[in-house]
Amino acid sequence: MNAMLVVFWKEILENLRDRRTVINTLLTGPLMAPLMFALIINASISRELAKADKPLPVPVVGAEHAPNLIAALKRSGAEIKDAPADPEKAVREQDADMVLRIPAAFAKSWSDGEPAQVELVYDESQRDAQGSVARLRGMLEAYSQQNTAMRLVARGIAPSVMRPLAIAERDQSTAQTRGGGLFSMLPYFFILGVFIGGMALAIDTTAGERERQSLEPLFVNPVRRSTLLAGKLGATVAFAFTTLVLSIIAFSVAGQFMPIDKLGISLQMGFYFAVCTLLVMLPLVVLLCSLQTLAAAFAKSFREAQTYLSLLMFVPVIPTMLLSLFPLKTQTWMYAVPLMGQHVTILRLLRGDPILPEQLALCVAATSVAALVCVWITARIYASERLAISA
Amino acid sequence: MIEVTHLHKAFGKVQAVDDVSFVARDGQITGLLGPNGAGKTTTLRMLYTLMKPDRGSVKVDGIDAATDPLGVRRRLGVLPDARGLYKRLSARENIDYFGRLQGLDPATRSARIAELSAALDMGDILERRTEGFSQGQRVKTAIARALIHGPTNVILDEPTNGLDVMATRAMRGFMRELKAQGHCVLFSSHIMQEVGALCDRIVVIARGRVVADESPEELRAQTGAASLEDAFVKIIGSEEGLAA
Repeated sequence: MNAMLVVFWKEILENLRDRRTVINTLLTGPLMAPLMFALIINASISRELAKADKPLPVPVVGAEHAPNLIAALKRSGAEIKDAPADPEKAVREQDADMVLRIPAAFAKSWSDGEPAQVELVYDESQRDAQGSVARLRGMLEAYSQQNTAMRLVARGIAPSVMRPLAIAERDQSTAQTRGGGLFSMLPYFFILGVFIGGMALAIDTTAGERERQSLEPLFVNPVRRSTLLAGKLGATVAFAFTTLVLSIIAFSVAGQFMPIDKLGISLQMGFYFAVCTLLVMLPLVVLLCSLQTLAAAFAKSFREAQTYLSLLMFVPVIPTMLLSLFPLKTQTWMYAVPLMGQHVTILRLLRGDPILPEQLALCVAATSVAALVCVWITARIYASERLAISA
Repeated sequence: MIEVTHLHKAFGKVQAVDDVSFVARDGQITGLLGPNGAGKTTTLRMLYTLMKPDRGSVKVDGIDAATDPLGVRRRLGVLPDARGLYKRLSARENIDYFGRLQGLDPATRSARIAELSAALDMGDILERRTEGFSQGQRVKTAIARALIHGPTNVILDEPTNGLDVMATRAMRGFMRELKAQGHCVLFSSHIMQEVGALCDRIVVIARGRVVADESPEELRAQTGAASLEDAFVKIIGSEEGLAA
């Protein structure tokens, strides 16, 4: 116990003297994620807001064939522009979001009572243009319905004949749940922070010591290797956990400055959220740190360890990707899967959904078991003969 | 006292240590001499329980390394082949760390550090961070931390490797001092002059086997060679790997 603390404090002291490690743990790890997130959110929110308010520029080919339609579009907020010479090419090359083409036959079809065709040239794969296209389509459909009604009335038929079905939408999402969708990447950023926070120490305490030839002299001391490992792992966990706490704080603070209320959503980032997140993340921190130490123990050099750990960083993305590709209903078994359990818990906490105490306990217990297994394997590797030998 | 009997160790198909036996007594300097790759470092690694022998036993002051490795390590002060320091810690902090791991109390630690610092003449580097230390300064620090707990038995793996003339002389003086204090000093080297000048007993290892275990005088008499150097060449059977 005493020797473990000796190792723990020495690793803490030594790494606190390394400016790069301290910056990674206290600054990069906790701040990078919330900053990136704030940037994305802010950009998407301000773009949405800007698009709804501004007049919609609509390049039109053959505007002279349908003066009434053009006038109606202008009233709905469209700004009619001259079309580019080659509309299809312009859309493909993203010079225009879309182009409206009115054929010369439009006026004749219209006055004959035939469906008058207009062409909407756009690119479905351009996510950026989707909002504009939808707005223009809405304007066209509104004009169409308006004229349907007028034609029916002119023939003495009630326009309601054309609407046998009325759809009334009752959206059950709350401000909270819409926020959850937007923030579904958040758990990954917390986990990433833990990774960055623990990385330097995991490498330094094992692969680094071996490369600097100080592991063999250390092992000559009358201390069990498992005790040495416990001290080193403890220091790694301490750094990673510090990063986690700071990143939760940073997120809460950043959340205050994000105009998320403009999208009509709100998020739970209070004390309860912080405490529950820390609780479910604590065993995960131990699991990830011992995974990192394990990977570093296998590496022959510092550089190799860095490569392994960078690859390991992709592991926590898997549940995030799976859940966004296959938006499964949250089920109890998910809490038992390390990483996925934390992901689900943090998301539900953010959305203000209830979590049963036994689900929380299941998440903590299952990840703790996984962490213990991983620590045990690492201890076995640590006991092996070849671990200390540098050359 | 260190007793080694019938040690064997193989790495895959390579028999690195093949039936090595010898005794290093208290109050004596025992030299482990052999060309590069003869199995010296592997033998020493089994002594300080970093590796387990395939066969054979190691006893330090009567304690069996196989059953009580911690007890053995407590009685050993070891300067291994690897002698890396923690560069963000000062020399004193490096030494103190090992003192804590040995379970020494603060008063003993600071008294021992003062003692060792005087003996190794490292007063001017004690409070400096070890980053940028010269080879000699690094070896001094590594020896001080290895001996912080005042062990009876001292194992030094090529202690003068990479040292300049002055540092080598100082190191030899330090080893004689340890001997005078009654320590059992076991060191490995491939430098004959050093072994000849220092040792009470020479154990010559070649290709994993003990080929001679004598005093320097006996060695010369036995081989009929005029100088120690010729004696070594005769015993080992080639000049490969030996340095003057």
